[in-house]
Amino acid sequence: MNPIYLDNAATTQVDEKVLKAMLPYFTEKYGNASSQHVMGQEAKRALEDSRSVIAKSIGAKREEIIFTAGGTEANNFCLKGCFFAEGNKGHIITTKIEHDCVLNSCKWLEKQGCEVTYLNVDEEGFVSVDELKGALRPETFLVSIIHGNNEIGTVQDLVKIGEVCKEKGIMFHTDACQSYTKVLINVDKMNLDFVTLNSHKIHGPKGVGALYIRKDSKITPLLHGGGHEFGLRSTTENISGVVGFAKAVQVAGNSDIRYMNKLRAKLIDGLLKIPNVTLNGSKGDERLCNNINVSFNDIEGEAIGGYLDAYGISSSTGSACSSNTLDVSHVLKAIGLSHEQINTSIRLSISKFNTKKEIDYVLEILPKIVEKLRKMTPIKL
Amino acid sequence: MKGFGNYSKEIMRHFTDPKFVGEIKNPDGVGEIGNMKCGDVLRISLKVKNDKISNIKFKTFGCVAAIASSDVLCELAKGKTIEEAKKISNAEIIKELKGMPSIKEHCSVLGAGALKKAIKNYEEKGNSNS
Ligand SMILES: Cc1ncc(COP(=O)(O)O)c(C=O)c1O
Ligand SMILES: [Zn+2]
Repeated sequence: MNPIYLDNAATTQVDEKVLKAMLPYFTEKYGNASSQHVMGQEAKRALEDSRSVIAKSIGAKREEIIFTAGGTEANNFCLKGCFFAEGNKGHIITTKIEHDCVLNSCKWLEKQGCEVTYLNVDEEGFVSVDELKGALRPETFLVSIIHGNNEIGTVQDLVKIGEVCKEKGIMFHTDACQSYTKVLINVDKMNLDFVTLNSHKIHGPKGVGALYIRKDSKITPLLHGGGHEFGLRSTTENISGVVGFAKAVQVAGNSDIRYMNKLRAKLIDGLLKIPNVTLNGSKGDERLCNNINVSFNDIEGEAIGGYLDAYGISSSTGSACSSNTLDVSHVLKAIGLSHEQINTSIRLSISKFNTKKEIDYVLEILPKIVEKLRKMTPIKL
Repeated sequence: MKGFGNYSKEIMRHFTDPKFVGEIKNPDGVGEIGNMKCGDVLRISLKVKNDKISNIKFKTFGCVAAIASSDVLCELAKGKTIEEAKKISNAEIIKELKGMPSIKEHCSVLGAGALKKAIKNYEEKGNSNS
């Protein structure tokens, strides 16, 4: 059996079509988009065509898309850039289940004098609109809420949240790295002022992302230089990267979502047949089509992951032992799981490249691993 | 090439194919130690004959490192006299496993502690085995 990659929330395989679209930009069409000559203009055209593809996919205008070196940069840019434009003061509202790049940016901003509220979520990972309303202050300038969660797959209702922000005239940002191409995003319907996107979660290359910035928004650039990206982010553009990013968006289709939904349902059904297994995160349809997160009572997540890896199956876990800091997952903590439940969790995230046969194999192997590890454990919850 | 989590082959071998899993019936000594921060819990049970550890088994809730080091601990302890077994150190366990990623060292420190507890438990019973 070939390796089975079930860690697509971490990153994905580049689609062959994406790679093919990118290759000419390394050795033939390698011009600098700022140059006036033919090769430069060729690069410029590729850059702007790619920008149009990204813009159209979320109902934005071309000039509202700023390419970045990934999701982390786009999130940093939005949070810090808005704070600087605000005059280094004010209040941000975010959640307890954001990606580390949002949480750690917020923690840094707190040291610079920014006030930050971290909203709670319910046991399925949903933000409460009422709690959001209660947290608003006169000095609140930005609400930043993750769209699809990377650990538990919960998808927030951005339309409802956007309405609250619009009513109060507060800028609204979402980190859509995980949901992009999987859940429809429309910047006008959702009243979004900023959207973080990235490429490597959608079968595009790593090191490319984008920040949607609604026209005339107040944001200060982080990278000053030659005035690239409408003066908002200087550095010679990564043409091959953005071409690949755009191609990845173009090849993503609704049939992929339907396919992943089916595979995921099969995998979840099979997993829940193993005794004492619980699904973490959203239980209904408001869940990313590629995300599965389960806890296996009495056995440790990293050990399950280590076993799966020995069988060629890649997974990920929220257990303390697997993290560099020995902290349990902040997301699983926020949905109210105990340390025991968090330490027994694993995440399996699929992609369009996984097959039914692979899922069958996982469902054949995993119960055996669980049984073996349960024979080893001194714990019985 | 290293395996999962940058573990050595030796660690992965002990993890996937441990030889000392279980619980001894009517043990002469038991020791349990838990590191709730990491989430690892380890229980050692042993039999003593003529002042030597004649049988030893472990049960571990924990990560790859914790399970592998439990197994190595038992391997090292079996056949040793009580005094020799008391001297088994974490460093020895790690050496036997051909190294441990530094972040994981804390998961392998359980073993020696649980064994010491099991031996203490045995000694407190008054060496009454015949
Ligand atoms: C929700 C979310 N936001 C941000 C990021 C960071 O993106 P990047 O790796 O492109 O910096 C990731 C993934 O790593 C993510 O899952
Ligand atoms: Zn551990």
